[in-house]
Amino acid sequence: MSEITAEQVAHLAYLARIDLSPLEITSLTHDLGQIVDSIAKVSEVATADTPATSHPMPLTNVFREDVVVPSLTVEQALSGAPDRAGDKFRVPAILDEE
Amino acid sequence: MTYLTKLSAAALSELLVSKQVSAVEATHAHLDHITAVDTDLHAFLHVAGDAALATAAEIDARRAAGEVLNPLAGVPIAIKDVLATQDMPTTAGSKILEGWVPPYDATVVSRLRAAGLIPLGKTNMDEFAMGSSTEHSAYGVTRNPWDRDRIPGGSGGGSAAAVASFQAPLALGSDTGGSIRQPAAVTGSVGVKPTYGGVSRYGAIALASSLDQVGPVSRSVYDAALLHDVIGGHDPLDSTSLTDSWPSMAAAAQAGLKDGALKGVRVGVIKELSGDGFQAGVTQRFTETLALLVAAGAEITELSAPNFEYAVAAYYLILPAEASSNLARFDSVRFGIRVNPDSGSLTSEHVMSATREAGFGPEVKRRIILGTYALSAGYYDAYYGSAQKVRTLIQRDFAAAFSQVDVLVSPSAPTTAFKFGEKLADPMAMYLNDVTTIPANLAGVPGMSIPMGLAPEDGLPVGLQIMAPAKADARLYTVGAAIEQLLEARWGHTMLSQAPALTPTEMFASEEGAV
Repeated sequence: MSEITAEQVAHLAYLARIDLSPLEITSLTHDLGQIVDSIAKVSEVATADTPATSHPMPLTNVFREDVVVPSLTVEQALSGAPDRAGDKFRVPAILDEE
Repeated sequence: MTYLTKLSAAALSELLVSKQVSAVEATHAHLDHITAVDTDLHAFLHVAGDAALATAAEIDARRAAGEVLNPLAGVPIAIKDVLATQDMPTTAGSKILEGWVPPYDATVVSRLRAAGLIPLGKTNMDEFAMGSSTEHSAYGVTRNPWDRDRIPGGSGGGSAAAVASFQAPLALGSDTGGSIRQPAAVTGSVGVKPTYGGVSRYGAIALASSLDQVGPVSRSVYDAALLHDVIGGHDPLDSTSLTDSWPSMAAAAQAGLKDGALKGVRVGVIKELSGDGFQAGVTQRFTETLALLVAAGAEITELSAPNFEYAVAAYYLILPAEASSNLARFDSVRFGIRVNPDSGSLTSEHVMSATREAGFGPEVKRRIILGTYALSAGYYDAYYGSAQKVRTLIQRDFAAAFSQVDVLVSPSAPTTAFKFGEKLADPMAMYLNDVTTIPANLAGVPGMSIPMGLAPEDGLPVGLQIMAPAKADARLYTVGAAIEQLLEARWGHTMLSQAPALTPTEMFASEEGAV
């Protein structure tokens, strides 16, 4: 049995940058416990001598010549931004004053 | 002109090429039908009526001027809202992207436009393609045209319902664990997940990058093949796009219509994808279809894929892990909404956390938290690492199976369409719904779902899944078209001609500009 606690879920939510209400933490703690119990069975067959596969197809790095190709204009790049300052994205303060 | 909406894309294409019908007429017919039925069904999140008619008029003018166009030029198409479109909002079914109009088109959308297809609008989906019922859309559910109280499948319930209810002959979908095939199965339509890398994903909002694949949604195998030929092939903008040259899928589908196309075809039945947990009517139609294949000269072999049992578990570690990384881009800076926290200082971190709390729905939060957990130090090896090993074992199971047979078949989904709310409270029950479709995504092999009858107990569509080795998509189309022809000959009609008639409503579908 997994032992997922509300404190753990709150910490994961912090890492994932999602504010969760106490109610959401309670229900997610329950859901996560149940899901993790069901999916933990992967370790039954994943023996040490089985290689891991990260991708369905064998792929190699893709390179191209370092030449300028058509790309978004500044206006296009900023068109979906919730806030802007001139030609830049405007963001809230990075550092907390406290 | 209602009859125009009943035609296959291929039949409509013939009328367009021979100028018996104009693209404007065809587009009008579909827009009128959307207005009549979609307030109720809600397959579309956005309908671009004016733009569609303008594009259609342009196609008519070019064709009248003697220009030789792609045969599908003038055929309307619906586009899943996970694909970026620079003239229509693209939300992926999420509040966090409400109203976002991308500054570029997905490659598959560019290719549609270049071929002259007419984009009608954007279709509903589970938020960020996380779900099997379209109940996780932030904009409300899509109803199944066969029974309005039931799910149309997911995540691509909108595309499947649009095609099944004759609002569009073709649609685009995306399939990460079954999001094209399972909706096809429960709506009586056709859906194809191509080989991983066979169709560009540039401009497809990423869910799980090692699993996602874009593909066609239609009412016949041949129509899916025609669309596959338009969207497929290498794209330098997608570094996972395969550089192979591909045969014509349309020609492959036509080859399946010839006499004896199934003679000597070695068909494998995976023991683990049948039996317990499968609805009786699904099993019955599957058994009957196998008998039909034998009668047509196919050789059926039962095979075991012992590690498929672990596929759902591996998938629900790999997918959330990748999704939690991919969805980190929704940081309230470059696109999407920004929400300030009720209290505390207005730092980037706090604003981002408040935005994601307000913008993401419960299933998205569940999977991001699960993925964050699976990737965290101390758990990584046990969960994510083990899941990747299971992936190897599943690929080996496929390799062993395909050393003995040409294609594998199974039911596309364990049950017919379930009722709204039935699995919403139990995430694991919802996840297990994908047991049949997930293995193909983990291994990158192509899969197709075609209708194989109605379950006797509830009169709802049942899907047959066909899988082929990686890069053998053409084989799917040949075998799929052959089986479709056999089944339709036996029924004496197509599956969707049996769908209940939809009652037009007085209200209007969402107009241009509204989501």
